[in-house]
Amino acid sequence: MSTLVSTLTARAAEAPQRPALTFVERGGEHTISRGEFLQAAQAYSGRLAAAGLGAGDLVILVLQHSLDLVYAFWGAALLGAVPSIFPFLTEKLDPDLYRQRVKTLVEHSGAKVVITYPEFYDSLSQLLAELDCTVLSTADAAAGIAVPPAPQLDPDAVALLQHSSGSTGLQKGVALSHRAVLRQVEAYGKSIALDPETDVIVSWLPLYHDMGLIAGFVLPVLTGTHLVLMSPFEWVRQPASLLEAIGRHRGTLCWLPNFAYKLMARSVRPGAEFDLSSWRAVINCSEPVYDESHQVFVEKLAPFGFSPNALAVSYAMAENTFAVTQTAVGQPPRGDVVEIAALQERGEAIPAAEGKRVVSCGAPIESVELAIFDTERNPLPERKVGEIGLRSEFMLSGYYKRPDLSAEAITADGWYLTGDMGYLANGELYISGRKKDLLIVGGKNIYPQDLEDIANRTVGVHPGRAVAFGVLDERLGSEKVIILCELQDGADPAAAEQELRAKVVQETEVTVGDLRFVPRGWILKTSSGKHARTDNREKYLREFGV
Amino acid sequence: MTDKNEIISKLNTYITTELLKRPDKTIGADEALISGGLIDSFSLVDLALFVEQSWGARIDDTELNAQTFDTLGQLAELIAARAS
Repeated sequence: MSTLVSTLTARAAEAPQRPALTFVERGGEHTISRGEFLQAAQAYSGRLAAAGLGAGDLVILVLQHSLDLVYAFWGAALLGAVPSIFPFLTEKLDPDLYRQRVKTLVEHSGAKVVITYPEFYDSLSQLLAELDCTVLSTADAAAGIAVPPAPQLDPDAVALLQHSSGSTGLQKGVALSHRAVLRQVEAYGKSIALDPETDVIVSWLPLYHDMGLIAGFVLPVLTGTHLVLMSPFEWVRQPASLLEAIGRHRGTLCWLPNFAYKLMARSVRPGAEFDLSSWRAVINCSEPVYDESHQVFVEKLAPFGFSPNALAVSYAMAENTFAVTQTAVGQPPRGDVVEIAALQERGEAIPAAEGKRVVSCGAPIESVELAIFDTERNPLPERKVGEIGLRSEFMLSGYYKRPDLSAEAITADGWYLTGDMGYLANGELYISGRKKDLLIVGGKNIYPQDLEDIANRTVGVHPGRAVAFGVLDERLGSEKVIILCELQDGADPAAAEQELRAKVVQETEVTVGDLRFVPRGWILKTSSGKHARTDNREKYLREFGV
Repeated sequence: MTDKNEIISKLNTYITTELLKRPDKTIGADEALISGGLIDSFSLVDLALFVEQSWGARIDDTELNAQTFDTLGQLAELIAARAS
């Protein structure tokens, strides 16, 4: 049975000269062969082993998007250790709070090693001094360290960890085995007819998120598909740079969150020139899919050779390694036009001549079994809306060191309940909403509880009188954060707004889309005292919606 | 056309109407746009395009950060210096 170690080693041995990775940086790019890639990863293995990291140990990578991050990840994997990528500090986040989060993660997860940059090394070493964790700097001498022999690994051992964001996400490290990762790569590769000989994957996605980590990093490396890797921070300032990279490298495959479509379309400057005719699939994933975003994209990019047949959709999540479903590549995703009222009020998807067009997420990929459950966990027939449950050969081994959370998430008969609502029609999955309290803002997961907690800590806000939820941001094709608060008597609204907005961005990196101070008693509460987010959202849309 | 107050007023209208969808608001010339959590990274790209279309002042993508771009006052000065 293969592992990440044997697979990576085999890729380098079979064609050491073939390009593994083109790393795109501002002002240039360079291509690394499979042989060089393995060597650089092995050099990191030596350094990590010298720091005491061994098979099964967790290492947290506190590194920016960089080649160091790439090699440290695979260097740890080659040792049979468990790498986990932590989002790097940005100019928006509060640095003290950020370091505190690293500490919390190290404490909870029992990480053996943290690797970071020299400029971060001193403060992290101090912070983690009393913990049994070695802090390693990328500047530490690498020369002369012997590469440890490849370990014999159990395919069911944990291969890597994916964390999601927020106070809830930090405690839930999704642990994936070697078997799960390799099986997902195989099954998903089939669903998109991946050909490592001819395909070129181009990605700007961050590597700490499942879409970027698996589709935009692990899959190309393990299959030997040429990967053109761009920086998410540079992309967001120049979204059309992805299109230029596609043209330059004859890119064929790309994964994008829905917000990226309109953003890229808008950022194409007059007189721009690139050839997108090589693009055979651009796969919309990780956020609700809006038809309109696809249309705007096609309209803007068709003159550059983009074919509407390259539009595709996948439904994916870290708990299933990555993909759950995939639409057929080479034709646009199906749309299901249904009666709006029946869908919203009775949870029934009744075909109609005119109504809401729901975009298909495609059929389950190989080995995935899907079911739609009612609130009593009884399976529902086609065209009935319920919670999406799944079983597959590449589900998480569990939440790392949290058997309590793992037991909650997976039923006795092996179903993972996703918290997403949807229905099946002709074997394809359609998503209609979310059961769990979660916002996805520009591809980033945010829990409304965290936002309400910040509001409650803001001077002037009446504690317990704040509610947060998401509404569609049509300009972006993503959700935007809405926060409503009731103020204490005599509070200064301008000061409260400034404090709350700044705190949200410093703690979550997300910008509040709309903040409103409503009169006392405006916010609806349920009998349990918990905010009725859905009810308040509806009231907001009625009173303030455009 | 390159009067600073005029630029600030036009920027204010664009941001509150198009980006924030809150035409009832006014942004102070010294209010922190990025670090204060008023506009997000995605809107920065749009704001840069608006500046280029309105005043012909090209803003490089490396300048889209809190150092050069954080208040309407800073932005207006940059526009006044580069307007064509």
